[in-house]
Amino acid sequence: MATSSERSPPPFPESEDQEPDPDPADGDSDEGEDIFTGNSKPAEIKAERHQPPVDVTAKLQRDIPSSDPLGDLDGSGANKKPARDGRQADLFTEPRSDIFSEEAAARPARPGPASGSNANSSSKSNGIHSDEEQDIFAEATVELSLDSPHSERKETPKPVTSTESSVAVQPSAPKTALKTMAELEEEESEDKFELNISITNPEKVGDGMNAYMAYQVSTQTSLPMFRSKSFTVKRRFSDFLGLYEKLSEKHAQNGYIVPPPPEKSILGMTKVKVGKEDPSSAEFVERRRAALERYLQRVVAHPSLLQDPDVREFLERDELPRAVNTQALSGAGFLKMINRATDAVSKMTIKMNESDIWFEEKLQEVESEDQQLRKLHGVVESLVNHRKDLSINTAVFAKSVAMLGSSEDNTALSRALSQLAEVEDRMEQLHQEQASSDFFVFAELLADYIRLLGGVRGCFDQRMKTWQRWQDAQVTLQKKRENEARLLWANKPDKLQQAKEEIAEWENKVTQYEADFERISTTVRKEVLRFEKEKARDFKNQIMKYLESLLHSQQQLIKYWEAFLPEAKAIA
Amino acid sequence: MVVSVSEMMDDAPEVSVSGFNLSVSSIKVTEAIKKENSLVFVVGAQEFPSKKQHFVDRKFEDFEWLQQCLLMPDGIPGLQGIIFPPLPAKPCAFQSNTQEKMIKQLGLLGLDDDWKTYCMALEMYLQLVVSHTTLGKNQVLRSFFTQTQGPGGQAGRKGILNRLSQALEEIKKENHQDVDEFFRNERASNSSLVRLTKATTERLIAVVRTQQNIALACGHFSTTLHLGVGPDEDPAAKTFSKLSLKLSEIIIIVKKNFECVAENNLNILGLGLDLVSRYEESEKEMLFRRTCKLVELEQNSKNLEKAKPAKKANMEEIKKASEKEFRHISDIARLEIQKLHRVRVEVFQQCLTSWCEKQLHAARETSSILSQHLRAFKQLDSTE
Repeated sequence: MATSSERSPPPFPESEDQEPDPDPADGDSDEGEDIFTGNSKPAEIKAERHQPPVDVTAKLQRDIPSSDPLGDLDGSGANKKPARDGRQADLFTEPRSDIFSEEAAARPARPGPASGSNANSSSKSNGIHSDEEQDIFAEATVELSLDSPHSERKETPKPVTSTESSVAVQPSAPKTALKTMAELEEEESEDKFELNISITNPEKVGDGMNAYMAYQVSTQTSLPMFRSKSFTVKRRFSDFLGLYEKLSEKHAQNGYIVPPPPEKSILGMTKVKVGKEDPSSAEFVERRRAALERYLQRVVAHPSLLQDPDVREFLERDELPRAVNTQALSGAGFLKMINRATDAVSKMTIKMNESDIWFEEKLQEVESEDQQLRKLHGVVESLVNHRKDLSINTAVFAKSVAMLGSSEDNTALSRALSQLAEVEDRMEQLHQEQASSDFFVFAELLADYIRLLGGVRGCFDQRMKTWQRWQDAQVTLQKKRENEARLLWANKPDKLQQAKEEIAEWENKVTQYEADFERISTTVRKEVLRFEKEKARDFKNQIMKYLESLLHSQQQLIKYWEAFLPEAKAIA
Repeated sequence: MVVSVSEMMDDAPEVSVSGFNLSVSSIKVTEAIKKENSLVFVVGAQEFPSKKQHFVDRKFEDFEWLQQCLLMPDGIPGLQGIIFPPLPAKPCAFQSNTQEKMIKQLGLLGLDDDWKTYCMALEMYLQLVVSHTTLGKNQVLRSFFTQTQGPGGQAGRKGILNRLSQALEEIKKENHQDVDEFFRNERASNSSLVRLTKATTERLIAVVRTQQNIALACGHFSTTLHLGVGPDEDPAAKTFSKLSLKLSEIIIIVKKNFECVAENNLNILGLGLDLVSRYEESEKEMLFRRTCKLVELEQNSKNLEKAKPAKKANMEEIKKASEKEFRHISDIARLEIQKLHRVRVEVFQQCLTSWCEKQLHAARETSSILSQHLRAFKQLDSTE
């Protein structure tokens, strides 16, 4: 998915807060990450300036202005609008402390790195932003409700000195990024910007109801922003939920589609905790492991999210503070959240004067797609169940045949029947594999996308909210003006001054919110396009995999039949 | 016909019944037609050597009548020792037929909605009857194959085959110790084979049903994919639609494959297993008849011993008669049993070979179609 992101070369020096610190998110501050390391090699994600992501050219976005010690980070989106520049200066100066305090306040869970990380996060993530002044500070903003200081900061469009000068670092083919998502350890391409994530070794830790599964998250990468080329950490399910929550807080409000995590399952986990060693709990663990893997792969495939220090920390840091408050993210909870958002959106839609019909149409498409995916998912699940049944029935049949064979006097017939029993046993295995394949190739894929569509709806919702805020600001401005007029008429000069100040303040807000709205609209557009491309890519890969597995099954069958035929003929 | 009866029955391929000879391999039950409330089967046969063709409509009752007639003749010594070719179960009234009911009534033969499998079973039955050395000589065959009006409906004469009520006595008789080791062994082995073969057949039924279900589910999957494809404007959506249609095609291939595999399982392996299973039941019945005769004989002997001198001569006659009958039955039974053993092996050989060949063929075909699709898909991939 990275391919489609538009990233603009990082803004230049004046911009931003290039916090000079090494990314504390890594947890080991002593790691002393070189300021420049982070900068110099941008995540391979190619960014395109502005263009709708069609072709990714490996543009490097980060230019590291030599003067800027903080180099890399900011790339907060090439901010093209000159208008912003003025503001930047302000923003840049103030925020530091601000960010820190906020961050510190907002993230009690992460005391240590908090200060640093936030700053870093903002800076680091920028590289890959769309040229819309997508603002890196967004990450720094902790609260969802945007109030002015925050919004201002967000606004900070790092001046994009658009130097498209791409320091083309590596032309990683778009395919690579996509493949990273779809295929696991596959590609050893010469491509330097690789990031492979795999989740392995689920292990039960602890006992009884406090037990949990720990998964090994292994990363292999050539990206310079990481400490080493390959590393492994242990994570538990709530860590993943925590990561989602952090990313969602930071990015969802800017219209990004943040991939949702797999769902909580009380039943599944209870079985595991209780220590039931049966195939269904093994299946549950495997299903979850695969889902977590896909989740992480999607996260890192998103160019902006990859830059988020939380993501890096998640992958690299040895111990993560326990994520609390992950209740909201149980399957049902997540859905509720989305539904509430959708309701709010639908209420607003009526009022919104949609200037761009594209959004309306897209939302419709998303709705109907959701329905279609759900139908498909149901149908595939039924297919999977039948296959499982077939596997069981074949095994039982095989046993019967074996017994028949052993009761048979005629030697050749007896042998043939035993052989038949074996063939059927092997077929049972094949059926089992095919059921598994159907499941993981399609059923889970469909489930993932149903959840992802929820995220898409969420970003439309965010856009609505932004629009609403803009409208509300306009209303307030109008009121302030009216107030001023009244005061003028009533001739109260002392209050007048205040009124004028307020008007100025609100005029600024209106402009800013409008810009926000434009920005988020563009982001949403891009995200949706990227999502669709990604979806098509994903499905294509899965269909390919499925075809291959079907073919493999048939070829195995051919072998078995060919081996059995002489036995059958030899019966005499 | 997968199982070639004429190949198996090398003893009497064409039967001569005072001028009426039928070519066994020409006997066909081609279809089942639903007329009013019952099923009518079209039975065809060709005379030998005149090559005269006969086609008649027969209902199941007609087959039943035939079976009973075969059991009737008194003149043939040891008739009770014959293992009669098994007739499939009576088809149920098909108004309220669910697959469950059909399977309950007909076993494996109920799996096929089109009655094709059932017709094949009837066909085999007729071929087996006609090619039987003794049974094939029965005059009723002529009227069965040639008379336009079906003979059935003649009030059920109870043939010796009827053993409907398993009274307690009968069960005791069944377990009666045998005098002859050969028969003792055969009864034991038959008993276990009946059980095992029946179990195997039932499990095959489960497999075939699941395969039929998978084919149906594939159909749904494919249809749903199709329904989701609409006119698309933008390129990404178009790609996705193309993919959906492609997947739909692939799923149809899977569906067809399953249908074919299930059919082979049913009409080849299933039919063979079903025949063997019913034959074993038939053998069981024959053995029971013989045991009953043994019990009768032993009873008569006892009576003779106990008899008062006045009755002794009479008792002796009775005893001698039943002894003779028992001997005849046993002799014939021995031959029939050996024949059955042979037939069983041959049925398995033919049907396992044919089944394997067909499944292999199906797998090869599917494999080649899938390969083509995969190749095309990969090319599509690289051009995008």
